[in-house]
This record gives sequence, structure tokens and C-alpha cells, in this order.
Amino acid sequence: MAQQAIVGEKVGMTQTWVDDRVVPVTVLRVEPMRIVQVKTSERDGYTALQVTYGHRDAKKLNKPEAGHFKSADVAPGTRLIELRLDSVDGYEVGQELTVDAIPAGAKVDVSAVSRGKGFAGTMKRHNFKGQGASHGNHKHHRAPGAIGSCAFPGRVFKGVRMSGRMGGEQVTTLNLEVVESDAERNVLLVKGSVPGPNGGVVIVRNAVNVPAGQTAKGA
Amino acid sequence: MKSTDLIDHGSLRDDIPDFAPGDEVKVHVRVIEGGKERVQVFQGNVIARQGGGVHETYKVRKLSSGVGVERTFPLHAPTVAKLEVVKRGDVRRAKLYYLRDRVGKAAKIREKREF
Repeated sequence: MAQQAIVGEKVGMTQTWVDDRVVPVTVLRVEPMRIVQVKTSERDGYTALQVTYGHRDAKKLNKPEAGHFKSADVAPGTRLIELRLDSVDGYEVGQELTVDAIPAGAKVDVSAVSRGKGFAGTMKRHNFKGQGASHGNHKHHRAPGAIGSCAFPGRVFKGVRMSGRMGGEQVTTLNLEVVESDAERNVLLVKGSVPGPNGGVVIVRNAVNVPAGQTAKGA
Repeated sequence: MKSTDLIDHGSLRDDIPDFAPGDEVKVHVRVIEGGKERVQVFQGNVIARQGGGVHETYKVRKLSSGVGVERTFPLHAPTVAKLEVVKRGDVRRAKLYYLRDRVGKAAKIREKREF
């Protein structure tokens, strides 16, 4: 888990200049988050902050949601997101979190739901090599090849990699560097790419495992 | 308008002169050598401009002791101290890659005549 976590939306990628070098960055919009519920290990079995951000018309909430926001006395937001943390000491319901929690220079892990690829073949899904373009190959250029043996074992082993649904699952990219963190514009610039489509919900946490020789600033 | 335009705004330079493929330019590049910074001039013909926004780049081609040398510069690079247009060229296309196959007089670009 992490000491700090924030939630934002992926805006898109661009580039910026740092020390006269081009740095590819992903822009994340991190609106101020309001804590709706603090989950503690005594009561809930784990520690997390339930937060919301943005604005949602109170009329458009269903009754359970409306009651939840009302009991916390927090203005309704677009989503409810849970941020799991090592410790929730010092956090209370109604408190506001901003992008300042993750300063520039920090190493972060970024989680999001990846783009759905649909039913994908083995070449795309498992990086299989496929088969030759020539040497008499006929309509089997992207086929997986053999998936088992013969009379023994007489079946296909469980877990053999085949075609199937790909993407649309949670992916975490580790140890990305924060290039800029701007609470005025509610923007976080992260070096490199981040999973998921533009507009997708992204959770940014302090890096869990910073490689040796690198330092996690702001951890 | 692109969604990242607001971020890009800060990286854009506003001191870039109007220039096009065919123009001869002097690119003053800041280079750091042994801890010291100096300015190196790369003078040649612009043979292409590519991309848009912060990503835009241009290619400059020159002959250096008989060998063609091309460099690609990001338009908004902070490493370029100054960009000067020396001559306006009269060309008919946006990408002048055909110059690579030409030598001598055939590789010359006519100067644009302003009336």
C-alpha cells in the first residue's frame, strides 16, 4: 500500500522540457478530493479513505447515495473512490485532499483499467510469434501452433495460453516520476505513459518499491 | 483545441520567425562542453517542417566539407538560442528530400523574389 494516494483523470500525453531535454509526460487532472468515509482496521478490517471529487447534481443521486453523502455532510461528487493507505491517522471525514499530496520529483505507481482489446488472438495477447508467411503456409499465419501432446496426456493442460478477452483489467505501472504537481491548475504531470484511455480514472500512489540507487522523494 | 494545450502553452516559444521549407536559416545552438556553454551556428536549408504544437520540428540540411549533414530541431527547443532566416527560398513542395540526391548546382534553391 502507500502513504499517500490521490485519484485523477487521464487527460492525454504531451511533451515538456526539463533541463533542455524532451520529457514525454502524461497529463492527469486531479481535482480536489473530499473524504466521505474513513475506513479503519477496527471497523472495516482494512484502512482506506473513501473520497469523491468533482460535482454531481444532488437531484440525480439515488437514495442510498444521497444518504451516504448526507451522513458524511459532503457535497456529492462524480464518483466514490477508495484509496487504500497504510495508515489513516489524521484524516477525517470532510477533509479536502489536493494534488499537493504527491510533490514533483516523487516516484509513483499508477493504476488504471487498461483499454479493452476484445477477443484477441495469441499474437497480440501473449506475444506469440505466429507462423511463417511462406513455406507453404496456408491461412495459418497468426495461429498459435500446437497446444499439447498426443495420446499421453490426451488432454490440453490447464493454463495453456490461448486467445481470449484482453484488456479492460486493472494495470499498475510502477515507479513513474512526477515531473510537475500543480495544485492551482489541479494538474499532475507524470513521466511516461499511464494505462487506460484518455478520460479514464487513475489512482496515483507513492511507489511501493523504488529501485536501488533511486530515491523516493516526498514519500 | 487539444486537451493538453493548457499544459503545452508554457513550453511554446513566441520568438520564432516565420520560415518555410526552402529558406536558408542560421540555427544558434547552445552546446555545453566541459561545463562551459557556447553557441554553435548551424546554417543550412530548411528541407521540412513536421508536426504541430509543442511537437513541431524542422530539418536543416547543409553541406559540410562536401558531405551532406541534416539536423532535426524541435521548433520550441530551449537549446536553440536564436533562429535567423538568411534567405527565402522559392520551392514548390513542402518536403525537399529530393535535394539529397542532387549535387552541385542542381542542389541549389532559387531565391524568392519579392516584388
